[in-house]
Amino acid sequence: MSISLDTGVRFSLEIDGVATTAPAGATILDVCRAVGVDTPTLCYLETLTPVNVCRVCVVELEGARTLVPACSRVVEDGMKIRTDSERVRASRRMVLEFLASSVDVSLADDMQRQMKRYGAKPERFGAEARTVRQPVKVDNELYVRDYSKCILCYKCVEACGSDAQNTFAIATAGRGFDAHISTEFNVGLPDSACVYCGNCIGVCPTGALMFVSEHEMREAGTWDEARQTKTDTICGYCGVGCTLTVHAQDNEIVKVSSPADHDVTHGHLCIKGRFGWKFVGVKKRRSDG
Amino acid sequence: MDLHHLTDEPTAEERAAVDALLGPYLENGVSGREARSQRHLLLPALHAVADRVGWVSRGALGYICRRLTVPPADAFGVVSFYDLLSTEPLPPLTVRICDDVACMAAGCDALIGDVEKRFGPEGASNSGAAWLRSPCLGLCEQAPAALLTSAGVKPRVAALAPAALASIEAALANSAEAALGNSAGIDVDEPCSLPQAGEPQLRLLRRIGRGDPLDLDAYRGAGGYGALSRAFDLGPDGVIREILASKLIGRGGAAFPTGRKWEAVAREPEHPHYVVCNADESEPGTFKDRVLMEEDPFAVIEAMTIAAFAVGSEQGYIYIRGEYGRARERIVAAIAAARAAGLLGADVMKRGLRFDIEVRRGAGAYICGEETALFNSIEGFRGEPRNKPPFPVRKGLFGKPTVVNNVETLVNVLDIVTNGGATYAAIGTPDAAGTKLFCVSGHVAQPGLYEVTFGTTLRALLDRAGGVRGGAALQAVLVGGAAGAFVLPDELDAPLTFAGMREVKAALGSGVVIVFDQSVDLAAIVRRIARFFRHESCGQCVPCRIGTVRQEESLDRLALAHGAGVDDEMRLLHEIGQVMRDASICGLGQTASSAVESALAKLPVFGAGRSA
Repeated sequence: MSISLDTGVRFSLEIDGVATTAPAGATILDVCRAVGVDTPTLCYLETLTPVNVCRVCVVELEGARTLVPACSRVVEDGMKIRTDSERVRASRRMVLEFLASSVDVSLADDMQRQMKRYGAKPERFGAEARTVRQPVKVDNELYVRDYSKCILCYKCVEACGSDAQNTFAIATAGRGFDAHISTEFNVGLPDSACVYCGNCIGVCPTGALMFVSEHEMREAGTWDEARQTKTDTICGYCGVGCTLTVHAQDNEIVKVSSPADHDVTHGHLCIKGRFGWKFVGVKKRRSDG
Repeated sequence: MDLHHLTDEPTAEERAAVDALLGPYLENGVSGREARSQRHLLLPALHAVADRVGWVSRGALGYICRRLTVPPADAFGVVSFYDLLSTEPLPPLTVRICDDVACMAAGCDALIGDVEKRFGPEGASNSGAAWLRSPCLGLCEQAPAALLTSAGVKPRVAALAPAALASIEAALANSAEAALGNSAGIDVDEPCSLPQAGEPQLRLLRRIGRGDPLDLDAYRGAGGYGALSRAFDLGPDGVIREILASKLIGRGGAAFPTGRKWEAVAREPEHPHYVVCNADESEPGTFKDRVLMEEDPFAVIEAMTIAAFAVGSEQGYIYIRGEYGRARERIVAAIAAARAAGLLGADVMKRGLRFDIEVRRGAGAYICGEETALFNSIEGFRGEPRNKPPFPVRKGLFGKPTVVNNVETLVNVLDIVTNGGATYAAIGTPDAAGTKLFCVSGHVAQPGLYEVTFGTTLRALLDRAGGVRGGAALQAVLVGGAAGAFVLPDELDAPLTFAGMREVKAALGSGVVIVFDQSVDLAAIVRRIARFFRHESCGQCVPCRIGTVRQEESLDRLALAHGAGVDDEMRLLHEIGQVMRDASICGLGQTASSAVESALAKLPVFGAGRSA
């Protein structure tokens, strides 16, 4: 979560040869976005603590031995930054290639766009390149976990943990290429601490975590975002006042999310707001109705 | 914190092991914030269980989580991070056989083949015992090496080096006897580690081999604790002035000026300050810190105490790699002796310094030698490195200003304080002051730990070690370990300094010198190095997690490639290397391609010079 540390002090810095200023405490990514430099991110989300693990946002900082992650490097006075040098492009391209060669990124729309932008060719590592392919986990009626699509961005762990839900049902387990998101001893979600708030799904950038409703429609070939409407409303279950974005297709609710920039929810909901809408689609509720 | 816990119960043994560490479990005992503040006891608790029963079951993990208020998923993430901890049943007795670079040169592949024939596949339980492959065990001068771990009421970690089928057979078959410690003949043969023992020019190694390393009186009699006494006279600022004047640079591999580190921590207004000794020596081919801890433990403790005095710290930690059983035993014993003699504790030497040291034990993870990963490991988290900045001098252990120094670096501090920084700076070369320990292994007549003045040539060091064994022709030297580079026979006149090694596109690193004669398949060595990094990557950042896999795959393809395929593969390897170097979070990923790229550039077994 980015915290405003604006003390009135502004630093002068240079991005791609253009002079600019930024408040103390801002990150390089904040500055890039403020001046309109399109910077790819995968593990970064405004509402979560930056973990800077995907390394797709790296930039070249004059005087630094290695590239630095824009998402978490705080600006200093006099920084000279290049975001589009060949060195930066090469790193970003290969990070995307590494991921796309090991993970099914077919549903990661923003990543697809960045792969096109950087000319990523994940097939260059050969047909035998090791992947994280594995069976889909379906062990409950609300979530589907398809870790063949997981890029290990840590967002779900953060949302489940102290950045949002404080449930701690999942964590990273294993090491190296075998590192993966897991419950304790890989028990199913019904046996874990999971409270089905859906916040992990809300932050997943690749479709590895999905609501059963969406998963089933995708399997049946009926999921069609072009036909979907989004309607904002306020959750009526308690007095907190969370904004719900109701996604409907053909006048049927297909999922519920919340805007990430909403100052009450930061995109996060509880099980009631997230899933307590099934009754809406039930046509005949009363014998006299 | 309202946690959802595992319902499995621990066995009586598991419970007893945990209670021995944490005290008896009280239903209304420690809870809430107080319990959560004990998170740093997670790894010690996991060790306690593994020491007792050999592995960590659901019941045991669940019990630890309840005791420490740690979410079970989180704790599972921690236990599954470490090689020496298993969440699958493992027999109480294991023998881990090193198949890393130095042991390859000593024929470990044949040994492992024999063990496999005799005892079946790796990991298979064989009447209460199993054998496993292991990355470098830090016993390279006595390769091939193996490590015996036996769980029980009296757990044991013992080295078998040099290992042979007979000693491994004895260890695996004679489990009860080995577990009871009746293991004569299977321990390390110590003297052969120090071919220079007793030579008058030695500085760092001068006390070694002169009697019982745990005899505190003998240590003091030989001038021990004179440096700390002098430090008290100099005052904290005076000590830091001497360290700065000495131009001492860190010996762990990163070569950062020690004095600047100490000065920065001393000036930090936030307290407490911590002193951490990084003894997680895991770079393949490195064993210097093990020998220092085993043979001169009071020197390490005295130096840490000086660091604490200089930077204003009351608590030190020494993080020793889990494979170093004897080093840990001796450091623990030396700390106890120092404490009893008033050299640690509430009023050190009655000079008003409060300082004590806690020993922490690694659990099989090369990455925990990276300073911020080490902090996370001590704190009870996965050993994943943190992004820098902030640097440890500002936000280190428990988020507080921390000095973290390698064992060898610290031992240098004693002479600097005693004789003055300027005297020390005069030794060696202008860009590299002092002496340096080199871990010489592989095909030399006398492998072992050598201390030479910075600037000595690699050729002189190899000559001192008796040259290539049997007078055979030298093929190459791996300097700096898996994160290092190859040096060829025509480059041996390069001086062993930071600049000198740069001249031949190598780096001193932690002082590894592995010698290969013509019989070694260097392409296999390079593939082993790639496998090492793939296995040791923590998995946090993409460039390293996936890059180390792609690098290994590419090397495997290169071994079979022809014509244009060779060029394509080499180009791909360079690109992978560049991205790992540029975009990885920490030094592991940033150096994971060093030896590979060095091999591609220099070794005739690759590229154009390769026989078709």
